[in-house]
Amino acid sequence: MKKAIVIFLLAVFGFFLAVTFLDPDFEAERNHNGVKNFYLDKTVSQLKTANTVTAIVVNFRGFDTLGEVTVLFLAATALGSILFKKRHHIGDRTVLMPASSIVSAGSKLIFPAIILLGAYVFIHGHLTPGGGFQGGTIIATGFLLMLIAYRDFSISHNVLSVIESFAGIGFVTFGLLGFMNGGTFLQNFMGTGVLNDLISGGVIPVIYILVGFKVAAELTGLIYTILHEKG
Amino acid sequence: MDTTELIRIGVYGTSILLILIGLYAVLTKRSLIKIIIGLSIIDGGIHLLLIGIGYIKDGTAPIFSPGSENAVARMVDPVPQALVLTAIVIGFGVTAVALSLVIRLYRHHNTLKIDEIKNLKW
Repeated sequence: MKKAIVIFLLAVFGFFLAVTFLDPDFEAERNHNGVKNFYLDKTVSQLKTANTVTAIVVNFRGFDTLGEVTVLFLAATALGSILFKKRHHIGDRTVLMPASSIVSAGSKLIFPAIILLGAYVFIHGHLTPGGGFQGGTIIATGFLLMLIAYRDFSISHNVLSVIESFAGIGFVTFGLLGFMNGGTFLQNFMGTGVLNDLISGGVIPVIYILVGFKVAAELTGLIYTILHEKG
Repeated sequence: MDTTELIRIGVYGTSILLILIGLYAVLTKRSLIKIIIGLSIIDGGIHLLLIGIGYIKDGTAPIFSPGSENAVARMVDPVPQALVLTAIVIGFGVTAVALSLVIRLYRHHNTLKIDEIKNLKW
């Protein structure tokens, strides 16, 4: 009975969603007005950054990204404080089965490649699809693989917090440097170089590399905290 | 059926379907883990919907890689993509905090079924 009511309500909701969105008219005039052309134009002419999405995230809406990184930091802190226990049993995890030798040998082989791919993704964030958040997530999956494959693989929480804090402080420092040199917080004050060069876009790659380190450290800390949880 | 039609039915239909599946899971399932999975599915559907709204006919990615510097007129809207990047990170944070609350509840009540957790009823 309850399920029938839920299905009926969802059908009504889905009908109105479909009426609203199923005929979007991709050739309409609204797709070519708005801020899109401003962003695309300024990204090439002023910032010399190939990836427009990166330019928006780091430069045009850099303050927004600072808030986003803060939200991630708050989530990690909240997780740590919710799961806080006086006695920590590090070393004997019960949630994990012992990994087979194929998994442990293979993950040792593939771990450096995952780290390298993550570093590539966030260093080239202003040229190709990708960036700090994506690269940091890839690095964290590498650490997740190692934590699953080796039961005694341990990461120092202190090292993680040092990396995280310095990346966050670096982000704010670059914002303040823009304040001193250009006039606004997070202004792009460095030379922008040539389009599609590795060192181009001024402050954008620097900030995205810092974001990559911060995200990688935070996600690894999250995974480590949850995996070391005993029920 | 041309590409635009395919994208219209495929992307928009799939995203609406994902939102509905996620809402169904949140409303009817009893297990807390399944409710969180439902929330994540709703998240995915909304992200797909936002990305789909930015599409234009014969669009390409808004990236000025060598060879496509002059394709500005065909580039899709980059603003929804930047917004979705933010939304994914926020969704991740929500999922992590929700899972930690579930771990905490499981530690207290030794069950994941919301029917058996009497403290939730008033």
